[in-house]
Amino acid sequence: MSTLTSSCSWKAGDGVSDQFPAGLRVLVVDDDPTCLRILEKMLKTCQYQVTTCSRSDVALSTLRDNKNGFDIVLSDVHMPDMDGFKLLEHIGLEMDLPVIMMSADDGKQVVMKGVTHGACDYLIKPIRIEALKNIWQHVVRKRKNEWKELEQCGSVEDGDRPQKHLEDVDYSSTANEGSWKSGKRRKEEEDDAEERDDSSTLKKPRVVWSVELHQQFVSAVNQLGIDKAVPKKILELMNVPGLTRENVASHLQKYRLYLRRLSGVPQHQAGVNSSFIGTQDAGFGAISSLNGYEIQALAATGQLAPQSLATLQAAGLGRSAGKSGISIPMLDQRNLFSFDNPKLRFGEGQSQQNLGTNSKQANLLHGIPTTMEPKQLVNLQQSAQSFGSMSMPVHTHGAQSSSLLMPMGQPQARRHVISESGSSRPPVLQANMGQSIMSTGLVGQALGRSGTAENGRGLGHNTILQTSSAMNFPMNQVSDAPVSSFPIQSTFPTSKGGYPEDVNSSIIKGPGGGMPSYDILHDLQQIRSNDWEFQNVGVTFDTSQPGNSVQGNIDTSGLLLVHQGLSSGQSSNGHNRNISAAGKSLLSADGNRQVTTPNVGQPPTSLVDNPVQIKTEGFPDMSYQAVLYPEHYSQEDIMSAFLKQQQGIGPPDSEFEFDGFSVNNIPV
Amino acid sequence: MEVGQMQRRLVEFTKSLFMEGFLDGQFLQLQQLQDESNPDFVVEVVSLFFQDSEKLLNDLTSALEQQNVDFKKVDAHVHQLKGSSSSIGAQRVKNACVVFRSFCEEQNLEGCMRCLQQVKQEFYLAKNKFETLFTLEQQILAAGGSIPATEITSF
Repeated sequence: MSTLTSSCSWKAGDGVSDQFPAGLRVLVVDDDPTCLRILEKMLKTCQYQVTTCSRSDVALSTLRDNKNGFDIVLSDVHMPDMDGFKLLEHIGLEMDLPVIMMSADDGKQVVMKGVTHGACDYLIKPIRIEALKNIWQHVVRKRKNEWKELEQCGSVEDGDRPQKHLEDVDYSSTANEGSWKSGKRRKEEEDDAEERDDSSTLKKPRVVWSVELHQQFVSAVNQLGIDKAVPKKILELMNVPGLTRENVASHLQKYRLYLRRLSGVPQHQAGVNSSFIGTQDAGFGAISSLNGYEIQALAATGQLAPQSLATLQAAGLGRSAGKSGISIPMLDQRNLFSFDNPKLRFGEGQSQQNLGTNSKQANLLHGIPTTMEPKQLVNLQQSAQSFGSMSMPVHTHGAQSSSLLMPMGQPQARRHVISESGSSRPPVLQANMGQSIMSTGLVGQALGRSGTAENGRGLGHNTILQTSSAMNFPMNQVSDAPVSSFPIQSTFPTSKGGYPEDVNSSIIKGPGGGMPSYDILHDLQQIRSNDWEFQNVGVTFDTSQPGNSVQGNIDTSGLLLVHQGLSSGQSSNGHNRNISAAGKSLLSADGNRQVTTPNVGQPPTSLVDNPVQIKTEGFPDMSYQAVLYPEHYSQEDIMSAFLKQQQGIGPPDSEFEFDGFSVNNIPV
Repeated sequence: MEVGQMQRRLVEFTKSLFMEGFLDGQFLQLQQLQDESNPDFVVEVVSLFFQDSEKLLNDLTSALEQQNVDFKKVDAHVHQLKGSSSSIGAQRVKNACVVFRSFCEEQNLEGCMRCLQQVKQEFYLAKNKFETLFTLEQQILAAGGSIPATEITSF
């Protein structure tokens, strides 16, 4: 039977605050009529406003029809039409109301399930009235957490808005005399207060991509296939009321970056490396082949991808994925290796030498501040270090945040850049992608000079300087990397130093071979652009001020990109951190579209709480600035290119972006 | 019989139900929920229970008589019965359900059949007891008396 009874009609929010918890609007769902009746009576005795339902579907539709009509839901676990946990998920996703589960079953597994599905509490039947008397605490707690979340994610404007509104009212009221006006003001204030309550707790301006929502999103995407997943279809599949196509679209963008990031850090170092290493002498060839290989492998076989993806995800997300995201370093090593030679050829500065010497552990992070997870950074750093005293210490410390922001944003930027085929040169250094890549060796190499790896910021700055010299070299390499047949090598103004961008790319590419020619770069770009969609990455990347902002830029972009959980925009470092995680995942993800990144749906706990609402600071401006700060750009480029190379993900885009332009600049 | 006597009888009877395990503390909760606005609350809920559970028992019986017994389904029914019986304080019925569930888990058909019998027995026994209880109450009320509150001494 599906009965829906409502005991009284309270206006939402009316008088609740005064007599709280009396008047708490409770929805009870239980298929057992006896229990339902008893609960109803008990709740009424507690002075709550009770609505009963014996069917889940009726309950859901009731909740949907009265979006803000309920404060809390009590649901039985075992119900014939819909599992209580499913209902719990739905409610959490769509309405974000506190839900209390009830059951005669007190088995540990069931209770645990309730907890993991997000229930605020789990009551064992028979339920005593004393237990019900305190359920209001969950409502208060949730509201409190929501406020905190809102504040944290920086959406202060939400809080500001209502307040401002209140202030306005006050002003107007003071201006107005008269009882009716003050009465009106009072009413307005009340309304404002309500509004604020509503807006803060019920009407969030942005969509909060909760774990459940994201899981739904991921399953929808997987159902459609990552390639075919378009926002509209995803939205339909998700069937979440209140979610707009735009929400899904932006989330999808971030998710894609995340995936790219993950696949960009293949865990299969072995497989990749072997082929990779083989071409050492070619350096150039090796790198390029590797890249291509990697990319292809990743894309085609998808074998790497899942693993790498998962690993990357895990790594990116800060979770310990079996492989510990060090894969990148490994790769980088090889990459470094390959272009080590070329670099040396060019007689770059010490950095190069370093590179040459230490092929094993390409210090990917070296000098390349990327927003990698601290763990990863450390790894990279270690690897980088072994690589050969790269002058640029990997900025692991705080690298996460500061380092290059390998956040997802980066990759985006790269892509972006690339697709433009060097048109705009968005400084995007594509380094974003590379977060790991970049950091790994590229930076080190390129930036090697700087040696002061201070999280990327300084690094970028320093490296840039150094890279110039080193850059020359990298340029070539970079071009090689993109699998495509870029003859790159030599053309790059190896020591031009002028082009950080070039350098970056070349460095990234690894193959220090000859100069990357324009063509190569362009080709690379094109190739890359196909795979990578780094739209934002590049942008953020550049704008940062020399020295500090590189990271900052990336961060923001990364932040944007970071999908839920990854955006801990709370601090700049946090940004980086998030980004790195995201970026990493993106990297790894790239190339492996089909891989389901299980971790994606489960962002690291720390990150999870941070809604995607990352503030993008000046993100869009970055691209422009990139031009202004070529140094940064190059730095990042190098890193990204490098990283890309390493992982094979290396979105050529980034490198190539500035190709057009870096090539020109490179003094041959 | 005069009111006082009837009331004493009621109290004694109620006590014995608790002592014999037919009722538990949850029933007291129900009684406490009853007030002037809902004077027949307890009767209402208990009646609801017996009505609904009768159906449940029938479903259980037919489920166990199937060629291929679906133990999961049986378990779900028993779980439901356990939940509602515990809600009204029908302790013995609830206990019988607990035993029943363990046999369901083992997929022990014979055990389940036995348990079903047990549950049914307890069910009807409880029904009987409740009916007696309510009749006594009605008599008191009809005679103009009030229902004495159940004293919770030591159960």
